[in-house]
Amino acid sequence: MEFYHFTEFPWPYLPPDDEFTSMRVNLPSSVFDPKVGADLYHSYLDQHKLADELGLNCMINEHHQTATCINSAAPLSVAIAARETKNARICILGNPAANLRDPIRCAEEMAMIDNISHGRLECGFVRGVPYELFGSNCNPTETSARLWESVQLMQKAWGTHDGPFNYEGRWIHKRQVNVWPRIYQDPHPPIWMTGGSDVNHATRAIENGFTFTMFLTPADGMRKMFDGVRANLKKKGLPTPADDLFAFMPLLAVGETEEEALKYIQEVFWYVTNNKAESQFRAPPGYVETPLYANFLSGRFSGGRTDAIRTKGMEFFRENGVAVYGTPDSVAKQLKSLYKKVGGFGHLIGMLHSGDMPFKHTAKSMKLFAEEVVPQLKDLGTVSSSLGPLKDRGTPVKAAKFNGRTAALASARDNWFKKQTKKAKAA
Amino acid sequence: MATKTVQAIRGTSRTHKLQIADIFVQQFGAGAPVLWLHSEDYYELDLPLIQKLAHKYKVIVPWMPGYGKTDLPETVRTVDDLSYAYLDLMQKLKLEKIKVVGFSTGGWLANEIASKDCSRISRMSLVCPLGVKIGGPYDRDIEDIYYHPTAKVQAFKFSNPKNDPMVPHELSEQEAFVLARAKETTAKLAWDPYFHNPTLKFRLHRVTVKTQFIWGARDGLVKPKYGRAYAKLLPNSDFVSVSGAGHFPHVEKPDTFDPILEKFLR
Repeated sequence: MEFYHFTEFPWPYLPPDDEFTSMRVNLPSSVFDPKVGADLYHSYLDQHKLADELGLNCMINEHHQTATCINSAAPLSVAIAARETKNARICILGNPAANLRDPIRCAEEMAMIDNISHGRLECGFVRGVPYELFGSNCNPTETSARLWESVQLMQKAWGTHDGPFNYEGRWIHKRQVNVWPRIYQDPHPPIWMTGGSDVNHATRAIENGFTFTMFLTPADGMRKMFDGVRANLKKKGLPTPADDLFAFMPLLAVGETEEEALKYIQEVFWYVTNNKAESQFRAPPGYVETPLYANFLSGRFSGGRTDAIRTKGMEFFRENGVAVYGTPDSVAKQLKSLYKKVGGFGHLIGMLHSGDMPFKHTAKSMKLFAEEVVPQLKDLGTVSSSLGPLKDRGTPVKAAKFNGRTAALASARDNWFKKQTKKAKAA
Repeated sequence: MATKTVQAIRGTSRTHKLQIADIFVQQFGAGAPVLWLHSEDYYELDLPLIQKLAHKYKVIVPWMPGYGKTDLPETVRTVDDLSYAYLDLMQKLKLEKIKVVGFSTGGWLANEIASKDCSRISRMSLVCPLGVKIGGPYDRDIEDIYYHPTAKVQAFKFSNPKNDPMVPHELSEQEAFVLARAKETTAKLAWDPYFHNPTLKFRLHRVTVKTQFIWGARDGLVKPKYGRAYAKLLPNSDFVSVSGAGHFPHVEKPDTFDPILEKFLR
């Protein structure tokens, strides 16, 4: 199993709760003070350096027009991490590919980052949460189709090394595509996607060899989704996916004592308690499947995950795996149990920081996690024996056979490259 | 919503399979043809006025693809695209000297149709039509129905929000599904550019038939000022205001609205 540190780069200094209706979309930027914000950026970027020093990887995301996340252009902080870290794999999760007007620009950014980091990029693409459609003005009825078209075009662009090609697709038109620099990893970095309720989307992601990620999902929901995907793949006659094609992100805190862990997780929980949004921002037409949207309109379904979790206590979230916290042994036990409950996953992204959690608290929690939890779990799970689409990946192998993701990847990359060269020669 | 009304004149209905899209069409009464183009909120599909008009005219009511009967094909992305399906429909039904009545997005559709070919049209009555950009880039001509809370959007549309016939919380699951699908269709056609076609206004000089704009004086979704400027883009148009009404004067003030429309159609 691979382990990632995550902070969403929050702006924690909010007006009184009754003075604003939404963290998202319409909170005026007068709430943000650049003199304080500048220091915050450095403190968050320092967390990536610390993660690297502790042997953890980093996950970095982006959101727009929101105090939950001031990392509004993730490739910038990913680029900084590419330069400032030495060993960590840097996972951007992700580029909002559905809302990007120019995916080739994104392919170029990722290619640069992959070079600067000497091939440490894990490249995620997301459809984006519904709030993003108000800032991006992307049509909510088109986002799923646009996401896939963008990603496929980027894959083609990264894999083409003999000069320009043209592209006139459904949403994107490009005259001469010729991405420089050539991306470091061959044929391209591992791709990640995220999802909520659409099992067909998740299946398609894994079929394509992409790592499928769920955030803050109760264990039952995750089990249902992962099982659904595995069943779909079996029906299609595809090999069993290795655990490294599944990822999960809970809220995470490790303390020397239960009390300390509880204090830390309550600080991380800021994200949940403050993440409010006006209801119309959650459901622009066409974003979710029609029956779900119909239930939203008629009041049969109102709040969704965020509302439900805002009103329940911490122990409830520990039970369903959304919040994992405790002493190192307790956290290791909780994660092992979660791993079993959902049928396996290969990447654990810990949201170890949020709100105004002091750096030293996050640092201590990270350190305990890296030094005392990770050694208990690192041999958990299976990894793919090759890269590329699931049909080419072959039989999953025990993660323990490799020394961490980097070695596994290097080997998988070699296999892939040999195969490509052989193919090219045969042609 | 929009399904049950006691029909004094029983209509007929048929789904027309056209090259561009399938369109479900209801027809009431006999006489000169009135083509009835409903709004994005489709209140007009069961408006009592249809019955009144059906005593004198053949009222033809196409349901826009995506609004309850047929689907909007993926290949139709804009109201401009959709207008060609309606031109095909008019040709297929061999309609001549049509009196077109279009509401909101239906009014926009009417202008898309007429700007391409108005040879089959005798006159048009457009009720708070959308479809053009009047102000500058920083002006919000049409209030953002997606950004504001439901209650505020209702207040934009109605002079008194209680006049809104749509009560989503009272819908059956089936009706809610139709509403959801309709809203998705509207978003497909009108999310961006927002409820307008940037090039339409440069061909409105081609709409030479007599055209009446009817506007609710208290329309908060799109102000009468927009309507007056819009009307001026058509060479042969009038502007009539309905006091005390919002974006749907035919729903809120039928006593004022109906005679205005009936007089114009005569």
